[in-house]
Amino acid sequence: MTAPLSESGGLSAAGMQAVAPILGIAFGWFLERGGLGYAPKLAGQFYLRDLTVFKVMFSALLTAMLGVFWLDRLGILDLSLVYLPETFVAPQAVGGALFGVGFVIAGLCPGTSCVAAATGKLDGLATVAGIFAGIVLFNVLFPWTGSFYESTSLGSVTFPELIGISRGLGVALVTAVALGGFFAAQRLDQARMSSK
Amino acid sequence: MTRQAKPYSDPYLAGVGIGAVLLAAYVLVGRGLGASGAFSSLAAAGTAVIQGTSKAAAAPATAPYLTSGIGTFQTDWLVLELLGVTIGGALSAWFAGRLRRTVERGTGISARQRILTAIVGGILMGLGAKFARGCTSGQALTGGALLSAGSWSFIIACFASGYAAAPFVKKLWSGECKV
Repeated sequence: MTAPLSESGGLSAAGMQAVAPILGIAFGWFLERGGLGYAPKLAGQFYLRDLTVFKVMFSALLTAMLGVFWLDRLGILDLSLVYLPETFVAPQAVGGALFGVGFVIAGLCPGTSCVAAATGKLDGLATVAGIFAGIVLFNVLFPWTGSFYESTSLGSVTFPELIGISRGLGVALVTAVALGGFFAAQRLDQARMSSK
Repeated sequence: MTRQAKPYSDPYLAGVGIGAVLLAAYVLVGRGLGASGAFSSLAAAGTAVIQGTSKAAAAPATAPYLTSGIGTFQTDWLVLELLGVTIGGALSAWFAGRLRRTVERGTGISARQRILTAIVGGILMGLGAKFARGCTSGQALTGGALLSAGSWSFIIACFASGYAAAPFVKKLWSGECKV
């Protein structure tokens, strides 16, 4: 039986609902373990004081990207059945830019704000409340922003498809950038250690 | 501070753990992880309270989350997943002796200022995540690992604007970052 199990009949709808909190618990556990429930640590990424955000994010991305790529190559997983988020160039770039400003002000993102709130940090709870308010605001403003939200749609597309390279080359490219980043991060950490 | 909290684990180890969870999600349920999507489900219910249920159920921004009334969110996959995230985060902090009521902030601002700026940052992230159709979990991690073009434009825009904005809000994060 090939994966995803939800598509091949290996996992029922009830089974899918049951694994949701289990995956969530593991996700929350590792976020907290890595220190991503502590806002000054996350904000430190933007001042190059603490590169934990980059390290955690790109080692997670690399693990999942390489895992999914090789499982597909080995015929264990059918990648075409894994949901690929759709691309809307302009709203996603503008949304990303707004998000980045909010991220450095709050020092937390939606997932990590829940971890922070759950561990007793009131700044995390305030961030959670702000995110709710922001989404309600978006919903209320939607009649005026809806056309922009739906603009520049490219459908479900990967960046290697968009620039006309193979998926394998795209994976290699991301891997090279991440490894280069890890190397630079270690050098930065060493430089900071020796200057203390 | 009376009880000694354990230090955080190695970031690469935590990252590989998150990557393995994400991979398990692709394999088991054919989709990745998320956070802001669960907020959207709950916020749709909140919007229905403001606008009235019938208006919100017909509006394109909230209709997908309100297919069978404002009770739908209870069965939403991402809501269940994010519920798990809060439990997992609390468990990890508890085992490490880090469960403590605090307001984490830089030394340059008061606790009240920190709460206010956290709300402002949250509002911007809520708006941004809606336009981007996901956040650092649903776009950056989940879509990024699948090489989605839009996810990578989100990642680049998010960090570029974060770094651009950082010097202007330096006061929020002044002082030595402990741990």
